Amino acid sequence: MSRHDREDLGSTPKPPNLATAPVVAAAHDALDQRADAFEILLDGVAAQAFPGETLWKVALRAGERIPHLCFKDAPGYRADGNCRACMVEIEGERVLAASCIRAAQPGMVVRSASSTRARQAREGVLELLLEQQPARTHSPDRSSHFWELVEHMRLPAADRGPAAQQPDRTHPAIHVNLDACITCGLCVRACREVQVNEVIGLAHRGARAKIVFDFDDALGDSSCVACGECVQACPTGALMPATLVDAQGRGDSACAERKVDSVCPYCGVGCQLTYHVRDERILFVEGRNGPANENRLCVKGRFGFDYPNHRGRLTTPLIRRAGVPKGVDPAFDPANPLSHFRPASWDEALDFAAAGLRRLLDAHGPGVLAGFGSAKCSNEEAWLFQKLVRTGFGSNNVDHCTRLCHASSVAALMECIGSGAVTASFMQAAHADVVILTGCNPTVNHPVAATYFKQAAKRGTRLIVLDPRGLVLGHHAHRMVRFTPGSDVALFNAMLNVIVGEGLCDRDFIAARTEGFEALAAHVAPLTPEAMAPLCGVAPDEIRAIARLYATAERAMIFWGMGISQHVHGTDNARCLIALALATGHVGRPGTGLHPLRGQNNVQGASDAGLIPMVLPDYRPVGDAQYRAAFEELWATPLPAEPGLTVVETMDAIAAGRVRGMYILGENPAMSDPDLHHTRAALARLEHLVVQDLFVTETAQFADVILPASAWPEKDGTVTNTNRQIQLGRAAVPLPGEARPDWWILQQLARRLGLDWQYAHPREVFAEMKRAMRSLDHIDWARLEREGAVTTPCPADDAQGKDVVFDDRFPTASGRARFRPTVPLPPDEPVDAAWPTVLITGRQLEHWHTGAMTRRSAVLDALEPAAVATLAPAELARLGLAPGAALSIETRRGRITLAARADPLMPAGMVFVPFCYVEAAANLLTNPALDPYGKIPEFKYAACRLAPA
Amino acid sequence: MPSPSPSPSASQAAGRHTRPGLRGRQTDPAALAEIEALLGAARRERDELIEHLHALQDRFGHLSLRHLRALADWMRMPMAEVYETATFYAHFDVVREDEPVPPALTVRVCDSLPCQLAGAQALRAALDAALDPARIRVLRAPCMGRCDQAPVAQLGRRHLSRATPAAVLAALARGALDPEPIAWQRLADYRAAGGYTLLQRLRSGETGVAALEARLAEAGLRGLGGAGFPTARKWQAVRAGAAPRYLVVNADEGEPGTFKDRHYLETAPHRVLEGALASALAVGAAAIYVYLRDEYPGLHAVLREAIAELEAAGLVAPGFIVLRRGAGAYICGEESALIESLEGKPGKPRHRPPFVAEAGLFGRPTLVNNVETLYWIPLLAAGAAFAGEGRRRRSGLRSFSVSGRVNKPGVHLAPAGITLRELVDEHCGGLQPGHRLLAYLPGGASGGILPAALADLPLDFDTLQPHGSFIGSAAIIVLSDQDDLRAVADNLLAFFADESCGQCTPCRLGTEKLLALLRTDDWDVARLQALAQTLRDASICGLGQAAPNPVSSLLRFFPAELARAGVRLHAGPPARDAGELQP
Repeated sequence: MSRHDREDLGSTPKPPNLATAPVVAAAHDALDQRADAFEILLDGVAAQAFPGETLWKVALRAGERIPHLCFKDAPGYRADGNCRACMVEIEGERVLAASCIRAAQPGMVVRSASSTRARQAREGVLELLLEQQPARTHSPDRSSHFWELVEHMRLPAADRGPAAQQPDRTHPAIHVNLDACITCGLCVRACREVQVNEVIGLAHRGARAKIVFDFDDALGDSSCVACGECVQACPTGALMPATLVDAQGRGDSACAERKVDSVCPYCGVGCQLTYHVRDERILFVEGRNGPANENRLCVKGRFGFDYPNHRGRLTTPLIRRAGVPKGVDPAFDPANPLSHFRPASWDEALDFAAAGLRRLLDAHGPGVLAGFGSAKCSNEEAWLFQKLVRTGFGSNNVDHCTRLCHASSVAALMECIGSGAVTASFMQAAHADVVILTGCNPTVNHPVAATYFKQAAKRGTRLIVLDPRGLVLGHHAHRMVRFTPGSDVALFNAMLNVIVGEGLCDRDFIAARTEGFEALAAHVAPLTPEAMAPLCGVAPDEIRAIARLYATAERAMIFWGMGISQHVHGTDNARCLIALALATGHVGRPGTGLHPLRGQNNVQGASDAGLIPMVLPDYRPVGDAQYRAAFEELWATPLPAEPGLTVVETMDAIAAGRVRGMYILGENPAMSDPDLHHTRAALARLEHLVVQDLFVTETAQFADVILPASAWPEKDGTVTNTNRQIQLGRAAVPLPGEARPDWWILQQLARRLGLDWQYAHPREVFAEMKRAMRSLDHIDWARLEREGAVTTPCPADDAQGKDVVFDDRFPTASGRARFRPTVPLPPDEPVDAAWPTVLITGRQLEHWHTGAMTRRSAVLDALEPAAVATLAPAELARLGLAPGAALSIETRRGRITLAARADPLMPAGMVFVPFCYVEAAANLLTNPALDPYGKIPEFKYAACRLAPA
Repeated sequence: MPSPSPSPSASQAAGRHTRPGLRGRQTDPAALAEIEALLGAARRERDELIEHLHALQDRFGHLSLRHLRALADWMRMPMAEVYETATFYAHFDVVREDEPVPPALTVRVCDSLPCQLAGAQALRAALDAALDPARIRVLRAPCMGRCDQAPVAQLGRRHLSRATPAAVLAALARGALDPEPIAWQRLADYRAAGGYTLLQRLRSGETGVAALEARLAEAGLRGLGGAGFPTARKWQAVRAGAAPRYLVVNADEGEPGTFKDRHYLETAPHRVLEGALASALAVGAAAIYVYLRDEYPGLHAVLREAIAELEAAGLVAPGFIVLRRGAGAYICGEESALIESLEGKPGKPRHRPPFVAEAGLFGRPTLVNNVETLYWIPLLAAGAAFAGEGRRRRSGLRSFSVSGRVNKPGVHLAPAGITLRELVDEHCGGLQPGHRLLAYLPGGASGGILPAALADLPLDFDTLQPHGSFIGSAAIIVLSDQDDLRAVADNLLAFFADESCGQCTPCRLGTEKLLALLRTDDWDVARLQALAQTLRDASICGLGQAAPNPVSSLLRFFPAELARAGVRLHAGPPARDAGELQP
C-alpha cells in the first residue's frame, strides 16, 4: 500500500467530543434522517447532501471518487480548489467548478462522470502536470497519489527522463525534490494550517511559483521542526521520507509489505500511527486518525522509529562479570557490553535475578526490595509490575517516573478535586475563549497538542502563556508573560486576589460545587498585585489584565507542565491553578478545565494501574483496608498497608542501607534522578540490581543482571494518554534475538518468586485489571481492538467516554471541590552572589526523557547530536562566549561542560539544559530537595554559576 | 537508510557539533533596529505588509533577506508568509545574500500591446545598449496605463510619454525621476462647482439612500471595471450582510489598453471620492480602502492630498479612507485578488462562492467598485444624462480607452452601442495615415480580437459574446494591415503568462504552454482548442479563462493572416508529437 491518503471510503467525520455522545453506529442512522438533508441531481441521479457539504463529498457518498490532487480528505485540511483535477459541470454556470470546494445547494444539477467537458478539463489539467513530471521510473515516489491518478485516468505518460532538478538532501529526515512538485500547496496547508509550524510557503508567481522553506532556504537550514506533516500530505513524492529514496532520487512509498496500526511510544499526547513494515523492519511511519492527533505526528513519532534496530540493542540476557565495578564508565561501549557483562541463557538469567531478590527478602524482610516500573511500558506491564512488587516483594516500594514529573500535580488534584487526571482533553482548547498555558512548552514537549493550541489561537482563542522563559508558543499568544523563576505561587495568588477583589468569581459555582472559598478569599486579600509584583516580576496591571481575561471568559482552560510541578512548592503551584479554576467556575463544562500535560506515553495509565507507592490501582490509599481487601481477594494474598518509598526516597533508603535490592524496568534513574552523584552512588551500593531494558542504559551499567526486553513496536498492549484515552498498541515487528515481551519476563520472575502467574497474553492481564478498576468499566480489549481508543471514564458499552468530567459533582467525599490556600515560598536553593544563575532542566523536541531511545534514532540523533545549553545572547556576551562555544555550568553538586546555544527567548540570568545527554548530564547539577506532598524534586530551579570552559 | 549513529556514551560526542543558535534564520539586531527606525509607530498588523515592504524597497532600493527576517519578527509573522508576498509582486526586488544589489535607478519600458505597436522593443534594445547596467537597469514592464502616449518608459517614478531613446537619455541626464505633476481639481474648486453636495444631502437625509439607489438603477449604472454588474444591486447584496462592511475602491486598472480610471482620477479625484463616500454611506461601510496601482505614483500623491483635504475640512474622519499601494501585479485588478493584496498577501483570486459582497475584506461583506463607476455616482445624482444616451438600443455612456493605429488615441466618452467604425471616425480622427483597419481588440488583452469585418457591431456589455469576445473595461486597441497578428497574440499570451498568479494549474501551466505552441510554425488546431477549452473551463478566475481568447480569435477569424505569418494549421496532431497529449 502506498503511504498516501487512501481514505476509507466510508469514513465519516467524528462528532465533536463535546460530551458523551451516542456511538458512531447510531450516528450513522441518524445521518440519513437529518432534517436539513436535501437532494441534488448528480449525473442524473438524486443524491443526498447536507448544508455546507462539498460536491466532492456528495459524490463520494454516491459512490464516485472524483479525481483530486490538491485536496486531502482528512481532518484539518481545507480544500483549496487549485489543482482543478476535480472539475464538475453545474447546470446554469458558465465555467466548471472544483467539486472539492463547491458546496452543494438544493436542486443543483451536477454532471461529473457524465460530463465530457469535465472529463476533458480533468485530463487537460493532468496532462499539463504530467509534462512537468520526471518519468515515473525516476520519480521520488513511483506510487504517489499523482501516479495512481494518472494510471486511474489511463493517461499516456511522456518520458521526460530523470528529474531535472537536484534534490535538496540537507535534512536528515526529509528528501525534497521540487521537480515532482505540482505546487498544489497541500504542504503549505499541512505546515501552516494543520501543524501551524509556518515554515513552508508558496513563493513567486505564475510558472515560477515555488514551494519554499522560510526564505527559500535549504530545508536543513530552515526553521523546520520536521513534524513531517508535509511529507504525509504531498501527493507526488516531492517531499518524501529520506529513508524511502535511493541515491538516484528514486523512491516508492508502496514498498512496505504490511501496515500495523499502533500508538506513538513517546510523549503523553498519544498519537495514533501506522508502522509500514518490510523485511521485518519499520520502513516509515504515518500518522493515523486518532482522537488526540487526527493523523498528526511530530519528529519523534514520525522519524524516531529506528531505535529498536540500533546496534546497541540487547538481544541476550547479560550477567555482570565478576569483579567489574558498578558505575557509569565513560569507556563503556553499550554496543559491546561483553566487556562488562557475560551472556546468559534466559533460565540462568531469570534464576539469577530471582535468586538475588529472594535471598535479600529472606535475609532482611519485605522492605529490603524496591521496584521502579516505567511509564514507557503498557498498562498491563505496569499492572504486573506493581502486582509483582506488592505480592512478590511484599511491600509497596514501587514507583516510577511520575514521581519526577507530575506527582505534585496529582497530589494537588487528588486533594482538591478527588481525581488526579485531567478534567478535560486538550481538544477542548478549541472550545475555549481563553487558555492559560503555564510551566509548559508544548511545541517542544507535546508538539501535537501544541498544534491544537496554535490552531485555537488562529481561530481567536486567546492564549496566555505564563513562563519564566519566552516560548515559541508565545508567538501565537495574546499575552506572553514572563515571571521570575520559582515565583509561581506569588503570581497566581495575586491573580486570585484580583478575581476575588473585583468580584469576578463565579458565585453560583462556588456555592454549589466547592468548599473552603471564604478561607481562600481571606487568605488572598493581602496578596495584591502590588504586593506580589516584586516577588514575581510581573507588573500589577499585567497581573490584573490576565486575571480579568481568564475570569471573565465564558470558557477558559488551564494547561500546565513540569515548570509548575517540579518545584519544592509544586503542589502549591497546582493548588493555585485549581483555585483559579474553581473560583471562576472554569471546570466541568466544554472548553473549561484543568489539564496537567502528562509527560510520557503511559504516565497516566501507569499511575492508574497503581505504579505508585502510596496507592493501589485507581488511586485508593494502600491504608484503605476495605479497598485493600478487594485486592487481597483478587490476588489471594495479604497486602502491605504501609505506603512504600518514592523514587528519591528509595535512593536515600539505599544509601542508608535499608533497601538492598531493586528491580528496574525501563527506567533510567542514573540519568533522570536529581543529584546524580548521589543517585549513582546509591545504585552502585545495591547488593542486587535487576534491570530490564532495551539497551545497556546508564542505569543498566549498575546492574547485576540485565534482561533484554521488548521495544514498543514489538508488543501488544494498551496505553493511556494525557486525555485519559486508552489506546491499543500492536506488535509490528518481531523481537530481535533473545529479547522477550516485558509481560513474559515479569511472569517468569514472578513464578520464580513463588507466584502462580498464568497469563498467555496482555489481554488476559487487561481482563484482570477490569475486575479491580472501576476506571476501566465498559472498556475491554475487544472494544479497544475495534475502536482503537476509548476515553475513561466511560458510561456505557455503547457510549463514548467522557472528554469533560465533573459536570455535576467531584469525586470527593462531599462531592465538592476544595480550595486550598497557599503561601509564596522561595525556591529551596535561591540564587546568590556565589551562585547567581538559575538552572532549569527539561527536554528538547528531538530527545525524550533520558535519550535512551531518541539518541539511538538516526534522524533524531542527527538533528540534536550533542549536549547543549541555551542562554540569552546577552548572557553569552556577558560571559564573553561566542554561540557554540564550550560552557561550564557548576552547582553545589557538580559541574558539566557543554556547548552554549544562543536563544533570544531566554531571559538573562538563566540557563536551560536538556537532561538527555550523558556526556554532560544535567542531573549531576540538579537539586534533590523535594516537594513535601508530591515528593517531586526541584528540577526547575537550581542555583548555578557559568563560566567559559 | 542512514547508518545508525554511534551509541551515546560520554566519549561519543567528540567531533559532533550542535547548532550554535536556534533553527533557521535569526533576526539580526541591527536589521531590526533599521526596521524600527523606518517604520516607527506604524501598525504591525499583517494587512500592512505590502506597505511596509514598499517602505523598505523605497528606502533601501531592494529587499534584503536580513531586513525581511527582521520585518517578520517585527510584524510577528512567519518568514514564509513575508517571503511569499515579497516575491509575488514585480515591484519588489528580493535580493539574496549571494546576489548583487540592483542599481539605484531602474528604467521600465512598457511592453504591452499598444506600446509594442509603437516600437517598445526597439526602445528597450536601444536603452539596453546605451545604459550601463551597473548604474541603471532596464526592465520590461506590463501596461502603464498610458497607451494613448505609447511607447512609454518609466524612469524612477517618472513616466515618459512617446519615449524615444534620446528623450529617455535626456530625461535621465536631467534627473527627472519624480512623478510628473498633475493638475487636479482641488477640494475648494470641486466644492465651488457643487461637489460634495450629494454627500451632504445623504448625510442630512435630504436625499435618501433608497432614492439614490433608485436613481442609479434607473440610469442603468453598471460596474465599469469590466464585469458590468448593476451597481444598485451590488449595494443591496452588500447591505444584506452583517456589519462591519467595507468599501474597496478598485483603482488597479491594469488591463492592457485601459487608462480611463487614471484619466478620471487625474482630473476629478474628488468626484471619485464623493462617489465612494456616498457608496460607503449607502452600504454602511466601516472604512474605505483605495487600492491604487503602483504604476500611478503621481496619482498616489494626488489621492493622499485629496484625502488629507477631506480630513482637514472635516468631511471625513481621519483614517476612514485608507490609501494603499499595489506593487506590480495585474491580477490584483481582479476584486478578490485585490482584497487578498489589501490583506497583505499575494494577490491570488478567491473561489466563489462566497462572493466578496458576502465575505470580502477581512472576511466581511465588501463592496468593490471601479473608479469610473464611483465617478458617475455624483453626476447621476445631479441628474446627468446617461440612460438616454446609447445607440442600437443600448443605454448609457462608456469611457473608451482607445489606443493603437488611430489619429487621436485617448479616453473618449461615447454612447454604449457605438460601433468601432463610428468610434474611430467620430472620436478618434480616423486611422493613422497609411493604415487600413485589420482588426481590433474591444476589451484589452482579454476581450479577444475581432476582424475589420466586424467593425460595425455595437460595442457594449453582452453584445460581443457570440463572437467569442467581450468589451470588459472598454479598452479598444486598433490594429492595421501593418501589424503582425501572430506577434500580437504572442504579446498577449506572454503578458498572461507573466501575470498569472500561478494558483491554478490550467493558468499557471496552460498560458506558458499556449505561448510555446504559438511560437511553433505548425499549429495543431485541435490541440490548441483543447488547451484553450481547459483554460476557459477550469481556471479559477477571469485571467486564465480569458487568456486563450487571442488564440481562439486568430483561429476563428484570421487563418489567412496566420498563413501569411508562416503558420501552418493542422487538423490533427503532427506525427512527431503523437501520443504526447490526448487528442
